Amino acid sequence: MRLSVQHETRYRFTEPQARIVQLLRLFPGDTSHQTVVNWRIDVDCDARLRESIDGYGNLTRMLYAEGPVETLCLTVTGEALLSESDGAIEATDEPFPPELFRRVTPLTRADDAIAMLATGSDLAAMTALAAAIHGRWSLDRRPTPAIRSAIEAAADDRVSPRDMAQIFVAAARAKGVPARYVSGYSLSGDDERRTLAPHAWAEAHVAGGWFAFDPAVGGRSGLDHIRVAVALDAAGAAPIAGVRMGAGEEVLDVDVHVEGSEQA
Amino acid sequence: MAMLSRTAASLYWLGRYVERADFLARLVEATVRLDALSSRPAGDAAWASALAVSYTEDSFAATGQAVGQGSVARFLTCDRSHPGSILWCLDAARNNAKAVRTALTRDAWTAINRAWIVFNAPRGEEGEDILNLVEAIKAEARGFEGAVQRMMKNEATWFVQLGAAIERADNTARLIDVKYHLLLPEGERIGGAIDRDQWTTILQTVSAVTAYRWLYSDGLKPASVIELLLSRGEVPRSLAACVDETVEMLNMLGKRTGFQGEADRMARARLARMQKTRAHEVIVSGLHEYLTAFIRENAMLDAAIARQFRFI
Amino acid sequence: MGQAFDEIWGQGGPDNPRDDLAALARWMREVPSHELKRRLQSAEATFRQLGITFAVYGDSEAAERIIPFDIVPRVFKADEWARLSKGLVQRTQAINAFLDDIYGERRILKAGVLPPDLIFGNSQFRPEIAGIRPPHGVWAHICGIDLVRTGPDEFFVLEDNARTPSGVSYMLENREAMIRLCPELFRNFRVAAVDSYPDLLLETMRSVAPPGAGAHPNCVVLTPGHFNSAYYEHSFLADSMGIELVEPADLVVDGDVVWMQTIAGRVRVDVIYRRIDDDYIDPVVFRPDSLLGVPGLIAAYRAGNVALVNAPGNGIADDKAIYSYMPEIVKFYSESEPLLPNVETWRCREPDALKYVLDHLDEVVVKLVDGSGGYGMLVGPTASKAEIENFRRALIAEPQRYIAQPTLALSTVPTLTEKGLSPRHVDFRPFVLTGANKVQVVPGGLTRVALKEGSLVVNSSQGGGTKDSFVLMDDRPAQTQTMGGMTQSQGGR
Repeated sequence: MRLSVQHETRYRFTEPQARIVQLLRLFPGDTSHQTVVNWRIDVDCDARLRESIDGYGNLTRMLYAEGPVETLCLTVTGEALLSESDGAIEATDEPFPPELFRRVTPLTRADDAIAMLATGSDLAAMTALAAAIHGRWSLDRRPTPAIRSAIEAAADDRVSPRDMAQIFVAAARAKGVPARYVSGYSLSGDDERRTLAPHAWAEAHVAGGWFAFDPAVGGRSGLDHIRVAVALDAAGAAPIAGVRMGAGEEVLDVDVHVEGSEQA
Repeated sequence: MAMLSRTAASLYWLGRYVERADFLARLVEATVRLDALSSRPAGDAAWASALAVSYTEDSFAATGQAVGQGSVARFLTCDRSHPGSILWCLDAARNNAKAVRTALTRDAWTAINRAWIVFNAPRGEEGEDILNLVEAIKAEARGFEGAVQRMMKNEATWFVQLGAAIERADNTARLIDVKYHLLLPEGERIGGAIDRDQWTTILQTVSAVTAYRWLYSDGLKPASVIELLLSRGEVPRSLAACVDETVEMLNMLGKRTGFQGEADRMARARLARMQKTRAHEVIVSGLHEYLTAFIRENAMLDAAIARQFRFI
Repeated sequence: MGQAFDEIWGQGGPDNPRDDLAALARWMREVPSHELKRRLQSAEATFRQLGITFAVYGDSEAAERIIPFDIVPRVFKADEWARLSKGLVQRTQAINAFLDDIYGERRILKAGVLPPDLIFGNSQFRPEIAGIRPPHGVWAHICGIDLVRTGPDEFFVLEDNARTPSGVSYMLENREAMIRLCPELFRNFRVAAVDSYPDLLLETMRSVAPPGAGAHPNCVVLTPGHFNSAYYEHSFLADSMGIELVEPADLVVDGDVVWMQTIAGRVRVDVIYRRIDDDYIDPVVFRPDSLLGVPGLIAAYRAGNVALVNAPGNGIADDKAIYSYMPEIVKFYSESEPLLPNVETWRCREPDALKYVLDHLDEVVVKLVDGSGGYGMLVGPTASKAEIENFRRALIAEPQRYIAQPTLALSTVPTLTEKGLSPRHVDFRPFVLTGANKVQVVPGGLTRVALKEGSLVVNSSQGGGTKDSFVLMDDRPAQTQTMGGMTQSQGGR
């Protein structure tokens, strides 16, 4: 399947900013089941972009924009080919052994309620965990800029894909299963109008390999997920981590325009 | 290696805050004399105008206190809540000095630190020690100025002096602007009867009583006072002297950094105009309008300096 | 715990000092206490004037106080120092090799020397910086190795400080004070100089500049600002090296290159001696709520355009759970036996060790694995029942956060007290500098002294003081004449 993305993130500032520095994790890498055909990012103001790879092996760009900046628009345009893998993730760049992803971070602590969501530590249990989260919380896809911890999110009824992914990670680690947070894009919506939107899910290391689970759909993730970045938690895999130097407020029109197309 | 922009900014603001503390001290002192010690006490009106001169009318009104010697004198000296008080200026000056301690000599630092300690010492509520206090601040400010003069002739000194010159220009202009109706009462012709005490207050506030006597032998006259404050470069707190010193400091800095910019151009243009300015013409064409424009231009120059040396 | 070993008096007391240190012991006997006290007071006045202060956490901001200084020096004999230096160099080289390995190939894990979860489960192991190799492969440019002593030849490493060891300004200022207060000591003993430290540090920094920096790399000291408790040391070091002291706001990263903002424009920065913790150094990569950091700094570092002294990620080597494996680590990388032993350590993460520690809480010292400065520490023999029970609960709840060690009979050094000279417990922090081509131990260091009688806690935040640390260039006094300096200094000035 071929998926194409056009995704805009637009910032407006109430006062011009002197400088903006952002770390972008917006570039997917190839895996055994994901081939990036073309991918690019456009910035609507004078900016320097520098390519790198972070500690987790994610492809990154540093963005340096000199002010005065009143608005900033990042447009990601790309295409990827996906093939069926039933959730298995192979041939990724893995700088760390799975053990690292047992580490509990402040965002992925589990309380008893979260720990009880996972009933075991095998592939079936992880699939069931995704289903359990899907059943327990109702999904709210509206963008939420502030990252909250799994425990904070679990107290709510409506949670974001990001919250669900962190709850999954927390519950899996509570069972001793290496698990990690994934950010990327996925198809959503009904058959009439399917769009490819920024999304978050999780991977767990079971049966000798990494598998992707999407609690937002309640099972293993499949053909319609473009995997971009992984980390211990949502903060580490944030698509855009930025700092602005200047006064005033920031108004974020995240993801105003997303388009996906699907071809057999 | 060129000086860090932050260091330059701290030195510049150090100069400004010490100058402002000194000005406030003289303003309070002159107002105490005008109110209490003159043959015809000017009363609360004198204190209201002291608030106007120091741009603190609004913040004082917000305290809900009535205007009077006790309340205003305290407000302008020991009230840490607003930037128009001596205490606030000394806090800010000391913090800036601390941040650039290594760029200052021990003398310069000690003067600031001593002034701060004097002002932070516990004291009684009332009256007469206000004069002692402002006297102490004036002495430390003079000590600081002297210490800066004795420092190496380098960027550090020039930034302190540049800040002081910009602050002084604003203070003097504001003082004349608030008091000008006292100098030139509506409907009175120039040279008419004037309020000697009010005049003396103004000259005291800019330490120019003696200078006036030296330069004008024929007694107190409004036109002469205005000329003195506007265009007599011999008087350190006249607008002409401030404008001239600003250009001079920027020149020194330009020679050191190897480039000149917007601030240099603005300061030089201002100097050229100032050299052609005749006090009596200003009075005829509108003193208030002239001073308003001067204050606005001074603020623009301050912003240009911040941009040119990348203070932010 | 028997009678502690005194480094000057030995076990024999003031009248029967250790061989070779008789001359020093005699000096102590001959200079009356009130004279020492007078000299000491003058030193304190000097420190206050210079602004050598230390803000104690939790104190109000006004409480800038000086760390008490003791006038009786601590002395290392030449042969003692030679042995110590070898051990320090070996340990520092191992720490650098360990960091280079653990963030790179991880040979030590493949060899099974360390349990992997000790690294991967440790928040001090920073995945964010994995894959970066610092310029010239140096991680811990400045290492402070804390030592304790229990006998003439018994030195133990208490902890390793590979993040940002502080205290070097005290080493230098204490020496300045001693030269002024007791000039006779320097005439009569050949004491190795420490005042070359700033030059050596600058040389070390220059040597690790990135390849593109050219012949005159721009080195700076990065401080969080003048509100920081160690600001004095930051400005002192910048001043004595003759380099710029910058705050985060002075630095700009653009295009993966670090610049400092000056009145004449941007100037490229090549080497940063940073005194800001990893967590706060770059808000884009670490804590996004940090207002202290330099956004983009890690990207510039990853691109190889700047050297950070010390490297981020070093906290893993300071960790007290890792410490307990340090002998194995040293052996693994140096392929020889460790010259400096560790203090015996129980890792509370191991059930047997935990059981032992819980059964002996009134005998042992318990420490947080990632703690420092004497906080989060239990000294069993002097703790109250309530303190012990608090630690018992904490240990049972999170055993992996703690280690425990026996309470050592730390050596003492005669110290000036209200009742004259009296032995007080000490520890020692020497500083080891690692540059691109060499490892150097500065002949001296920071001796911390527990001023309270019998106390073993030397941290300045807990009422400890400091002493000058003499390294003698040879063991014989330079001249055998009696000390003449005393009268001169009494009458002078």
